[in-house]
Amino acid sequence: MSDLLFQWLRIAAPYLCAAAGGVLSERAGIIALTLEGYLLAGAFGAALGALATDGPWLGVAAGIGAATAVAALHAAATLRFRADQVVTGVALNLLVDGATTFVLRRVYDSSANSPRVEGFGSGGDLGSPVGWLALLALPALWWLLARTRFGLRVRAVGEAPEAATTAGISVARVRWLAVLGSGALAGLGGAFLALDQHKFSTGMTAGRGFIALAAVIFGRWDPLRTAGACLLFAAAETLQIRLQGTAAIPSQFTEMIPYALTIVALATLAGRAAAPAALGKAES
Amino acid sequence: MSRPPGPRWAEALLPPLVALAIALVVGDLLILTFGQSPRIVWGVLLEGTWGNAYGMGQVLYKATTLTCTGLAVAVALRAGLFNIAAESQLAAGGFGAAMAGLALPAGAPAILAVPFCLGAAMTAGAIVGAVPGGLKAKAGANEVIVTICLNFLVLALLNWAVAEHLHVPDSLHTATIRAGGLPRLADVHAAFRGSAANATVLVAVAAIVATWWGLFRTPGGYALRAVGLSPAAAEYGGVSLGRTWFRALVWSGALAGLGGVNYVLGYKRYYEEGFGFGAGFLGIAVALVGRNHPVGVGIAALLFATLSQGGLAVNALVPKQMMDVLQAVVILAVVASVPEVRRLVAQAVPRRP
Amino acid sequence: MAGIAKRYGAVAANVEASLEVGRGEIHAICGENGAGKSTLMKILSGGARPDAGTVVVNGRDVTGWGTAEAIAAGVGMVHQHFQLVPTLTVAENLVLGREPTARGRLVLAPALAEIAALCERTGLVIDPVRRVGDLTVGEAQRVEILKALFRGARTLILDEPTAVLSPPEVTDLWRVLRRLRDDGGTIVLITHKLDEVLAAASRVTVMRAGRTVGRLATAGATPADIARAMVGRDVALAARDAGADALATAPPRLVVRDLAVADAAGRRVVDGVSLTVRPGEIVGIAGVEGNGQTELVEAIAGLARVRGGQVTFDGADVTAWPVARRTAAGLAHIPEDRHARGLVLDWSVADNLVLGQQHRFTRAGRLDVRGIAAHAAAQVAAFDIRPGDTSLPARALSGGNQQKVVVARELGGGRDVRVLLAAQPTRGVDVGAIEAIHARLRAARDAGAAVLLVSADLGELLALSTRVLVMYAGRLVHEVEGRVATPEGLGPHMTGAAA
Repeated sequence: MSDLLFQWLRIAAPYLCAAAGGVLSERAGIIALTLEGYLLAGAFGAALGALATDGPWLGVAAGIGAATAVAALHAAATLRFRADQVVTGVALNLLVDGATTFVLRRVYDSSANSPRVEGFGSGGDLGSPVGWLALLALPALWWLLARTRFGLRVRAVGEAPEAATTAGISVARVRWLAVLGSGALAGLGGAFLALDQHKFSTGMTAGRGFIALAAVIFGRWDPLRTAGACLLFAAAETLQIRLQGTAAIPSQFTEMIPYALTIVALATLAGRAAAPAALGKAES
Repeated sequence: MSRPPGPRWAEALLPPLVALAIALVVGDLLILTFGQSPRIVWGVLLEGTWGNAYGMGQVLYKATTLTCTGLAVAVALRAGLFNIAAESQLAAGGFGAAMAGLALPAGAPAILAVPFCLGAAMTAGAIVGAVPGGLKAKAGANEVIVTICLNFLVLALLNWAVAEHLHVPDSLHTATIRAGGLPRLADVHAAFRGSAANATVLVAVAAIVATWWGLFRTPGGYALRAVGLSPAAAEYGGVSLGRTWFRALVWSGALAGLGGVNYVLGYKRYYEEGFGFGAGFLGIAVALVGRNHPVGVGIAALLFATLSQGGLAVNALVPKQMMDVLQAVVILAVVASVPEVRRLVAQAVPRRP
Repeated sequence: MAGIAKRYGAVAANVEASLEVGRGEIHAICGENGAGKSTLMKILSGGARPDAGTVVVNGRDVTGWGTAEAIAAGVGMVHQHFQLVPTLTVAENLVLGREPTARGRLVLAPALAEIAALCERTGLVIDPVRRVGDLTVGEAQRVEILKALFRGARTLILDEPTAVLSPPEVTDLWRVLRRLRDDGGTIVLITHKLDEVLAAASRVTVMRAGRTVGRLATAGATPADIARAMVGRDVALAARDAGADALATAPPRLVVRDLAVADAAGRRVVDGVSLTVRPGEIVGIAGVEGNGQTELVEAIAGLARVRGGQVTFDGADVTAWPVARRTAAGLAHIPEDRHARGLVLDWSVADNLVLGQQHRFTRAGRLDVRGIAAHAAAQVAAFDIRPGDTSLPARALSGGNQQKVVVARELGGGRDVRVLLAAQPTRGVDVGAIEAIHARLRAARDAGAAVLLVSADLGELLALSTRVLVMYAGRLVHEVEGRVATPEGLGPHMTGAAA
């Protein structure tokens, strides 16, 4: 039973981290299509960092650093150059996918897998201490948004950037920080993934970033509801793994659950009304 | 405030040219990290793509699919919408073509079978496009998120259909179609032997012409472009926004679906899981670099196909993933330089009285 | 402030504008739309830099300062479009930008006490934990004022504060402003409603076309005095031409009955409007902007959803018709906002000249490109659109020529215009173009069109209209024959003073 619980939470951990990044970025008004890229960069950085230093925590730091670097590109393109957020997001996902494989070949001469990463060893039931951090990510983000100055400013710039400007707030600065933070959070999720699977393999995130984004929307941009959505989506995945072979429901159908729910949420009024008002709009 | 007009060619062409220059520099750096000479690598790339019939055929083959998905994204963008579902529309189109080809009796005359299969491909893609179109028109649902989700839904559904019902044992593909196949270039000229290029390239050229015609020579295209540039003015001009969004995404889906023909009717003659290889996503890049103009899309498709095929040609020297990186760099450079170029051009040209 | 000049592109918003306000005074700045009031206040509050002139506050030269410096010096702006974050609470909005924190953590408790005290002192009562999005417009404005005061503003600039308020809320606002003044605050009130000037201010500065044209004490002044200074256009009045009334007996061509239109917030911005326009008649609608004129025109054009009532063209009920069908039935519409509605700015002049009529230029399912080009060439010549290159994007044209494109499209090319809606047809247009556009409106009238003209320019209305209707707070409150209408006579109705 606790086996099942921990399996569920381990599946949920990357979603929780990436979705926290997604909430932070989108609440500040920047579309988080890049979560997939942040996760992959985080996993890659963690694997390489851990292999290079033999220290899992340095790996985690490297993962966060790699994902944050990608986030910095995103922020520079969309905030400095006012590039379209959707196109930039798609391009960065492509970039991370290509670049990780490219570097993998350069460093380990393999286009599929890194050598085995020891990570945190057995690491307890959640796989690694990072798992516990992942569980805390969204509640912590809730606290950040609701109870701190930075959180208040994030909510203001994502909702009414002009009003924030007249209040003397630098919208670009807050958005920069939010996007970088988004990369760091998602990078943590990627690090968990690599250390949990004890390796980096190309494209190993396999759409998890998009599931996290779906959870953000399904959770109506609220950190706690988003945590619930992540746990729900992870539960569906856990069940599917457990039921494998019993052929109750084809796996392809359980895979659809997050996306189908998100489309339903978007098609109903509630889903749209909750989106931050300035989401995706270029600064004028 | 009103923006003075720049030379329009400068605004249209500068971003892609700047992007290519940046990509070349980044490419040089990547090549150098592998201790290779950029000159040699670029030479091998050109030799392996445009230097021989096989390479050319492969470029044409890849450009065919990219043209279709690029046109799909461009048509949606002209209406002010993002279609990120070109990937799944491409797959659905291929699936539709395969189902049509399998349903026909062996030996059905090509004059009937080919249009039937093409129509099936376009219909399948259009159905996938109708979902975000309908949700956008009726419920105002954001088409970006819907199309992203739709990719996963449709691909999972197709995978299930093939894996559970339609596959040939020990494979992930369907049986070979009985009718509706298109001739390969190799059948026409032996030099192309081994390359996947086929008559679908003509379909793609026809799609370019038809899309140009539809966008710029029909009242529907006029309405679509008005909605994309200024929804308020379009509404004022008697254009229904919802209906136009719906039509644009259906049209877009049909074009992406048409791309599926290339693999299914032209190359392998069966549907196979994952045959798109990201060509749908790359369609966004193609549309962007082609500046949403059908002819530009065709040229951009050739460019990206050259990079993609060139990646294979140089893989012994540098990893082919270098080309994925360069493609991303091109997209980023274009999308980041468009507002900047517009500003600079506006500054450089004095306002007319 | 003295000798202030400010240009936006080709438009001079301020030329030789000046303002002098004493401490502890409520001072009104008055003028028509586009007179440069808001620009002048933006410069005062640090939102814009002047191209020339000096700004002195409390004896200190502060020319060219920014928002933050203005706030620090106690100059606060209450924007016409509230600068509030709807998803945050009142208190959060107030502290935004200068949040009280302890190690990054928000500490709202002292702020809440401070806000309560401020509410008490000013009489601006509001529950600080409510979400701004849930407030009424009047309450939101209180928050906007509180926000400026909370930041220590001693000089408060209010930009058209009553535009969105109901009469009791307006009375409330005056009470609050007087209280602030009595506490030693200075109030600058931007308005174009004359009754407000007299009700609230002790002195008034009148602006016209970017210049300061008058400064007078309100004690002893009449609305007519101020209106004369505001409008100051004898020229237009001289050209009065109400047209022949040969068709006055013809059955009405445009009939609007009990029309009601609601805005996004559900308020009735057009409330039971009925009017008729006969063929060969120009009916002018006067009124201070924001009293429902925009929505009335959009509803007749088919662009706004109608809450109740009926619109008929030549007896046919068109209330549920889409725009295209109305156009086909002979509707022409010169929209108020030519940039957003009237033109696709990135399109060529030629393409813009067929917007809304693309179906007339379609042959066998395809656009008749040659026909469009020939049409464009003919219209450019007929309406003297310059430059005459029809392939230029509309964006490249001056305001006057852009408007000529709109007018040419709606009235030119042999269209059978039955109903013409002309909203602010000469706004931002140079004098030469104004003449030409007026001539076209008269020609449409003489050809038998029923013309509904909405304009903030009283001179224009009086020069062209057969009849003038006055709209106030969503209703038609006054009607007068064009030939006997005067600005002095209309003024009180426009400002609600005669109601």
